[in-house]
Amino acid sequence: MLSRTADHLFWMARYMERAESLARLLDVTWQMSLVPQSIEAANQSWKAIIVLNSLEEAFGARYQEVTAENVLRFMVCDADNHSSISSCLRMCRENAHAVRGTITSEMWETLNSTWIEARDQSFDKIFASGVGEFFEWVKLRSHLSRGVTVGTLLQDEAYHFIRLGTLLERADNTARILDVKYHVLRPQGHEETTDFYQWGALLRSVSAFENYRKVYRDVITPERVAELLILHRDLPRSLHFCLNGVVKNLEMVANRHSGETLRQAGILHARLHYARVGDILEQGLHNWLTDFMDSIYQIGDGISRDFLVPSQDSN
Amino acid sequence: MDFYNEMTDARGAIRNHYVQYSRWLEVTPMERIARKRAEADLAFHRVGITFAVYGEEAGKERLIPFDIIPRIIPAEEWRSLEAGLRQRVKALNCFLNDIYHDREILRAGKIPEEQVLGNAQFRPVMQGVDVPEGIYAHIAGVDVVRAGAGEFYVLEDNLRVPSGVSYMLEDRKMMMRLFPELFAKYKVAPVQHYPDMLLEKLRAVAPKGVSNPTVVVLTPGAYNSAYFEHTFLAQQMGVELVEGRDLFVSKDQVYMRTTQGTHRVDVIYRRIDDDFLDPLAFRPDSALGVPGLLQAYRAGNVTLANAIGTGVADDKSIYPYVPEMIRFYLGEEPTLNNVPTYMCRKKTDLDYVLAHLPELVVKEVHGAGGYGMLVGPASTKKEIERFRKLLEARPDGYIAQPTLALSNCPTFVEEGIAPRHLDLRPFVLSGRDVEMVPGGLTRVALTKGSLVVNSSQGGGTKDTWVLEG
Repeated sequence: MLSRTADHLFWMARYMERAESLARLLDVTWQMSLVPQSIEAANQSWKAIIVLNSLEEAFGARYQEVTAENVLRFMVCDADNHSSISSCLRMCRENAHAVRGTITSEMWETLNSTWIEARDQSFDKIFASGVGEFFEWVKLRSHLSRGVTVGTLLQDEAYHFIRLGTLLERADNTARILDVKYHVLRPQGHEETTDFYQWGALLRSVSAFENYRKVYRDVITPERVAELLILHRDLPRSLHFCLNGVVKNLEMVANRHSGETLRQAGILHARLHYARVGDILEQGLHNWLTDFMDSIYQIGDGISRDFLVPSQDSN
Repeated sequence: MDFYNEMTDARGAIRNHYVQYSRWLEVTPMERIARKRAEADLAFHRVGITFAVYGEEAGKERLIPFDIIPRIIPAEEWRSLEAGLRQRVKALNCFLNDIYHDREILRAGKIPEEQVLGNAQFRPVMQGVDVPEGIYAHIAGVDVVRAGAGEFYVLEDNLRVPSGVSYMLEDRKMMMRLFPELFAKYKVAPVQHYPDMLLEKLRAVAPKGVSNPTVVVLTPGAYNSAYFEHTFLAQQMGVELVEGRDLFVSKDQVYMRTTQGTHRVDVIYRRIDDDFLDPLAFRPDSALGVPGLLQAYRAGNVTLANAIGTGVADDKSIYPYVPEMIRFYLGEEPTLNNVPTYMCRKKTDLDYVLAHLPELVVKEVHGAGGYGMLVGPASTKKEIERFRKLLEARPDGYIAQPTLALSNCPTFVEEGIAPRHLDLRPFVLSGRDVEMVPGGLTRVALTKGSLVVNSSQGGGTKDTWVLEG
């Protein structure tokens, strides 16, 4: 497969996953903001979204105040914000367009019509009808694009690069959601918050609420939430699950240059496989997650170097 | 002016090959047709069968309107049209091979030497280069029209990077999806094997000694107006769609960069103009091409389809000599008509053209896509005067032809069904032999009275049915 083709497939998948994760993050923030709380606390959680995406400067240049509406407007539809949901869907579609001969026509039609529908949305309408409906739509389109990929695409190299894009992006996003919400919910790190509603919203944001019940059959505690999202092998949005897939798909596409990247992914996978949640929390969840996101970045960089944009002399 | 109508004869009776269709149209409720037309629009949009329009907002894509009334060609008519097209393309390939080698046709005095050698499309770098099977124009999209009492005329031989074949295939797919019952009434010759035929032709012209050639389609990229077609053909042939940056040349061999290292490329179906192919040889500012490609090509290590330098044969100033080429190389009489052409570089022709501008069609010698032309009868005094000045300033840049009474065919337009003018672009493939699929792209001018069918000028398309028999 052409390196450029693999690059487009990888990013096509990343952007779709990013749009979905963003919808999930905004959705949970919105839901959490509906419970009675101080304005300061509410704005704090909206601000966290901007900080999380390193968009303080871009946001500040366009909006005066951090309010729910401003952050939503900026992150949902703002075409000038390259990290907005609508920008992600556009980039997804553009990458797909560049390889529309490699993906199946059903995949292309799904991604193209997603973009066409997104393009025709206006924020005021979305906001008026309750943002939740829009976030549901984004998730649905993401489910659809994953489904059409699994259901129609030959499971060859193209499929593996798409999976790599999806899983790397998802690992990064689950880590981010956990990082930002865990600390909002448990500011001092020792004082137990038993706000069932809030923890439930966090779990729901990664489709893990019902799974939590199945796995623990017990009340929700912060430790278990962290354990589930980080270490559970079979939860589709957990870090462990993602790294499983990253290693597996990397092995499927391995070439002469990719040994080091595979080694790094293997190490990270092993760390998740053999970790205990108590140790992670003792080390400090924030530090641990920061390290993790760093490693994910390194692996993405390695994939890019080994497969997607190789320099000429490496051939 | 009287026009030949594809569906009805001069007395208004339905022609034999349209009788069934016309009966079907009568009994089919208009709501159903309207619904099907809307369905077609939606499907074309969702599939993204669009083209980019130059000069409009960057990246903007438009649909080419699709008309559901097919253009039907009886078997007998197609047979003679096909024979004429094959003859023509054969002669054009002979001509290209000749002028880049021994130039016998020039020495025989059949074509003025300066017309060929002084032509901007003549590529001196191709002098003496041998290409596999002596084929230069592997893919030709010859524009033909019907005029007068129904005889076919060749309007243009497109031998560089003719496009439109994907619409031919998609239009057929769409018709079969919308109105399958029509295909039970008519035995329509299939066209869907075009990509296989193309791949077979491309593989046949691989460099010597390559037994299992790697074929690729080279595109300028996603913003090119014909990008949809590039992806479509690559996908249908099952070959890689590459951009210039995916390829590199090392020791006169062309390679592509893949996730598994480098891979040799043998045949390039390029959809990039000559000028942009190789920044080292042609336009140095081209970011679309592959540095060193020309060198690899001249060394015989890669085949380009079409070859470099085919533009000299489809140039409008060479066009009048095609019948002469057929006689010279094949020893046959041309079976397809050429349109009488006035060469404005000749004083007598120029005088005639200037005196008859309101009746003539004036075209730029190097123009394409319906840009920069004057259709005398449909133009205002002001436009005619503007062209008069252009002609006087640079007569050798233009040719003129009588305005052909292009045939028309009933077409869905806003006010209902009305006749609109059309042309036909069949695709002629040359490799070890010359082959065609029965049909082509029918383009239709949707504006009332307009004779310009180009999609960039608001033209639409119709499915083209060649009947079996």
